[in-house]
Amino acid sequence: MAETKAPAARPLSPHLQIYRPMLTMMMSIAHRITGIGLYFGTAVLAWWLLAAASGPNGYAKFEWFAGSLIGRLILLGYTWALIHHMLGGIRHLIWDTGRGFGPNEREWLAAANLVGSVAITALLWIIGLLAMGGSR
Amino acid sequence: MSGASVKHIRTPLARVRGFGAAHSGTGHFWRQRLTAVANIPLSIAAAIIIVLLLGRNQSAAAQILGSPLVAIIMLLFIVSITSHMRIGMQVVIEDYVHDETIKLILIMANTFFAIAVALASAYGIFKLSFGV
Repeated sequence: MAETKAPAARPLSPHLQIYRPMLTMMMSIAHRITGIGLYFGTAVLAWWLLAAASGPNGYAKFEWFAGSLIGRLILLGYTWALIHHMLGGIRHLIWDTGRGFGPNEREWLAAANLVGSVAITALLWIIGLLAMGGSR
Repeated sequence: MSGASVKHIRTPLARVRGFGAAHSGTGHFWRQRLTAVANIPLSIAAAIIIVLLLGRNQSAAAQILGSPLVAIIMLLFIVSITSHMRIGMQVVIEDYVHDETIKLILIMANTFFAIAVALASAYGIFKLSFGV
């Protein structure tokens, strides 16, 4: 007991790079990355609300940003991230009840997460762009 | 920890038993689920509001955002998402930042950012609603 040896070199548990990329793994990573993106995106949301409250000049600056190519890409990315993170969150809430862990179920849920987020984002933007075209 | 030579009469189980029933230690877990559930209808409503406002000028956008129902939905949305994202970012920081000092600074900065975004957004909505 007296002499304490250095811990034996034990095999480490397998880490990310040892696995073949799997859909469920990718969706798990995407959930975290979209969450981080949404976190910083709230600053744009705050800017939009403050711009609307500040008057026509402030709002024009925001509209210039939102209408630029980079602004459009950020808003498109934000929309997709929001929907993807929401659907991923619903998946987690289903898992919280103990359901949806079977090999087929979890693959299906991961695929539905991805397909659903892309489809709903496309639909929202088509409606949004049509609405924008209509009111101008 | 005091090593294997020191004998404790209390077992490790006895030291942790009861903490679950005390309903402490799961606060973040529970609040993350609570705000996640609230985020679902609130984000859908906020997305619809934002799409409705696309392409409108400032006075039209201000009028819609300042109307009671829209303003209340947006306030609920802001409070729910900023609480949710604060907990989520803390988990990310705790997972990847191992230096104690940097970790504490980032966890503080995380809270400051979440509260600043929440209050700035709320200020905008209140200003639109009350015209102050």
